[in-house]
Amino acid sequence: MKHRVELKNTQREIYYFRLRLALSIAFVLVLLFLLLTRFLYLQVVKHSHYQTLAENNRISVVPIVPNRGLIVDRNGVILAHNYSGYTLEIVPNKVADLESTIDQLAQLVDIQPKDRKRFKKLQAESHNFESLPIRNRLNDEEVARFAAQSYRFPGVEVKARLFREYPYNEQTSHLIGYIGRINDSDIQQLEDDEIASNYLGSDYIGKTGIEQSYENELHGTTGVEQMEVDAGGRGVRVLSRTPPLSGNTLVLTLDAKLQEIADQAFGNFRGALVAIDPTNGEVLAFVSRPGYDPNLFIDGIDEDSWNELNDSPDVPLNNRALRGQYPLGSTIKPFMALAGLHYGIRSPGYTISDPGYYTLAGSSHHYRDWKKGGHGMVDMFKSIVVSCDTYYYGLAVELGIDNMYNFLSQFGFGKKTGIDLEGETSGLMPSQEWKMKRYKQKWYGGDTVSAGIGQGYDLTTPMQLAFATAVLANDGVGYRPHLVRQVRHGGSKDTAIPEVKPEFNLNLNPEHVALIKSAMVAVTRPGGTAAQAGAGASYAFAGKTGTAQVVGIKQGEKYNASQLSERNRDHAWFIAFAPADKPRIALAVLAENGGHGGTVAAPIARKVMDYYLLGKAPKPDPASPSARAQSGVATAGATGAVEEPEHD
Amino acid sequence: MIKQPLWPILKRRLILHLDPILLLALGMMLMAGLIVLFSATDGNWGRVMAQAANILVALTCMWLVANIPLHYLMRTAMPMYALGMVLLIGVALFGEVSHGARRWLNIGVATIQPSELMKIAVPLMMAWYFEKNEATLTLKNYFFAALLLLLPVGLIARQPDLGTAVLISASGFYVLFLAGLSWRVMGVMFVAALASAPVLWSLLHDYQKHRIMMLLDPSQDALGKGYHTIQGMIAVGSGGVLGKGYLNGTQTHLDFLPERTTDFIFAVYSEEFGLLGNIILLAMFLFIIGRGFIITANASTYFTRLMAGSITLTFFTYAFVNMGMVSGILPVVGVPLPLVSYGGTSMVTLLLGFGMLMSIHTHKTLVQT
Repeated sequence: MKHRVELKNTQREIYYFRLRLALSIAFVLVLLFLLLTRFLYLQVVKHSHYQTLAENNRISVVPIVPNRGLIVDRNGVILAHNYSGYTLEIVPNKVADLESTIDQLAQLVDIQPKDRKRFKKLQAESHNFESLPIRNRLNDEEVARFAAQSYRFPGVEVKARLFREYPYNEQTSHLIGYIGRINDSDIQQLEDDEIASNYLGSDYIGKTGIEQSYENELHGTTGVEQMEVDAGGRGVRVLSRTPPLSGNTLVLTLDAKLQEIADQAFGNFRGALVAIDPTNGEVLAFVSRPGYDPNLFIDGIDEDSWNELNDSPDVPLNNRALRGQYPLGSTIKPFMALAGLHYGIRSPGYTISDPGYYTLAGSSHHYRDWKKGGHGMVDMFKSIVVSCDTYYYGLAVELGIDNMYNFLSQFGFGKKTGIDLEGETSGLMPSQEWKMKRYKQKWYGGDTVSAGIGQGYDLTTPMQLAFATAVLANDGVGYRPHLVRQVRHGGSKDTAIPEVKPEFNLNLNPEHVALIKSAMVAVTRPGGTAAQAGAGASYAFAGKTGTAQVVGIKQGEKYNASQLSERNRDHAWFIAFAPADKPRIALAVLAENGGHGGTVAAPIARKVMDYYLLGKAPKPDPASPSARAQSGVATAGATGAVEEPEHD
Repeated sequence: MIKQPLWPILKRRLILHLDPILLLALGMMLMAGLIVLFSATDGNWGRVMAQAANILVALTCMWLVANIPLHYLMRTAMPMYALGMVLLIGVALFGEVSHGARRWLNIGVATIQPSELMKIAVPLMMAWYFEKNEATLTLKNYFFAALLLLLPVGLIARQPDLGTAVLISASGFYVLFLAGLSWRVMGVMFVAALASAPVLWSLLHDYQKHRIMMLLDPSQDALGKGYHTIQGMIAVGSGGVLGKGYLNGTQTHLDFLPERTTDFIFAVYSEEFGLLGNIILLAMFLFIIGRGFIITANASTYFTRLMAGSITLTFFTYAFVNMGMVSGILPVVGVPLPLVSYGGTSMVTLLLGFGMLMSIHTHKTLVQT
């Protein structure tokens, strides 16, 4: 302070000032150097890091969803295809007030209460950021009306996309199945299978039937488009594009026309039919009635339709052909007869005298034949033709349950057939071991008796019985039943059918088989239990009737169809193959609560045979198949077919 | 005299007080700025022309100031400062709020931002004050000068306009420093500043705190407050050594860079011209700053020395703070890149400063004689 006051030394002042100036210059240089270092760090050391970030910023990878593969029948008739159309979609979390938005949309396009319900259900099942359809299949006018007002609806968009459609509706519903929107458990499954990346951008996945079991073939390979986008996410230009690969076309073994005829042949009956080409395992028809409209499920079914399907006493969602389990009833008899021959317990000429019942030694219990008074003298041939119960009671007891189990299991009873559909049930072929495991009880002689006519613990599915019939028809050579004949890759026109190899050969004695087959042909001839259905067949039509009991009839009581409510009536079975000398088709028909196999199930089989073997489509005849069972079942047939249902 | 041709006289009058070296460097810098702006606006000639007009106005102001002898300039210090303070108080009381900050004052014919005026007025006032008391400088004078600085800075920081407050503080501090504030006092000030940091922190607005926090970890809020810094760093870093090429910056042209014509224009430049471009830009800044220091060193009076030094260092501070915030070493405080960023006001303020530098340089002989 002192020196400042006493003198003003300009030189000194300037010296000090320049010193500070020099310090300032150093300060500037240091900081500029700091900046330079920073630039070196960002632009050289971390360049590739920021390069990547910049690329990630600008490049958006957009998946391109492939077209789902078609499903056609063996003749190229389309069973599942895609068509393009418009949907009106909402992204819930981009919309402030969902309800009022939908109300306003309803003024532009037709939105039914069921559309709202379906949307609500979808919304509950999906994430809020997903685009969900409120209306499908908009017409051009609706698209135009919305387009003009679209500025009012942020978060709502009209999208053009491909829709799946099943032209045969309920006729193929249990076979083709349907696709539906991918849900969380589907995502989990895809991730477990490590194929989730192929589903980026996909909204649908096969849920049931062929659509489910051949999902991997049908889906196709998702393509990728690298888009340059701006900060707002708008695409600026396409940088690279890997096109998607469409899903493969599935050529089924099914004959759509045969399927249609089989389906219609049921009339009002519920039930199932599976027809197989015994020489290669190709499934020609696969009917489960009632069906449902699979098209309802694709974009989420609305609540009302869902409840209707779910609450219906007809359980239309149940795949009876694949999952329905019923006692074999008398359809077990040809197999039992074969077993008797195989184990040498019965010779073809061995004859019993049927008094109309069977008793076990040391017991007074009467195991009744379905025919009061019995069939008289019965040999093996006749036992099949008239379906004599007494014959098989004795045979079963002499065979023993273990031999029955071992022999019949070979035909696939009690096991899944391995058909290429998911959810198959395995039925049940009982054994001593099984009963001990299941009921902690030993096997009783009485169990064997009722097992002999397929009214014991045994259960089978129409699919399984058709397979067993096919194995029998093909002289014991079994082919795995399958629905897909050929997977046609991409645009390939290759029509070569991959060769199928037999899965097993039971090495049955040809003489035994010939006897059984001839007896089964006689079943459809006069005097046989299906004589009415076989009348006038120009080919050797082999079959066997059967009845699966729904409610037990007590000792001393008589089954009376008219006294039982419709749903407690017996299920009608019929197994068949033709032509008997060189079978080209084998099938099993089940008509629920149809009563007797010969009157209800066999005519269905006949229609299928006639079409498949002769190309003869049934004349539209509303009277016979459509006639409700009420009056028809228990009445006697003109050709001497059974008057009464089979029973023990 | 009369016989002398008109043009040479006019020419002499026109360029007499301009510093050709500084003018050339500034001109190059301004040209470069327009070129970058063209890219930053996606080739919007309208914006480029508007900026060119801003530059012309600013250059005119510079020319005018360069021609004002220094004693006239000194006389403006007091009234300018007083006017600025009145306007700042006016802003605080009646200012218009925009984007959560009260920075603008509607004076009937136009809205003005008085803080811009203070960028010149504060160092001018302080330099004038030191010049006036040059003969008898005591610590008391430094305190008074510091008060002259803190009053407007406080008002501006309250608006809040952190960028301007920082810049004016810097310009005032440079005057104090060059005026010979003792190291001991500066040491005490430094300690006091550190001690008061928590208090200052609590006075900051939330968004300012956020910006400082984001500097420490921009990824914390990548889509929110950290977005500016992250996108800036991505632009700079992805530019690499040679840059992506003029008009080819993806960060710029695909709208990822915010504020890319103003505060973040350096990111545009850096993305397209790379490290090489950055080195050239730093060299140009260094050249201008160097020229400013030469003028400062040769300034003849206490006032001019302080003024020239403060102007030069403030110019550097602008550039450093801007490039520092874009490259992520300083918080985003809203400071434009001098001579390059789009905007008329800061351009005029900056070139006014350079006008003063030129005036200091070209008028000294007159003063000395």
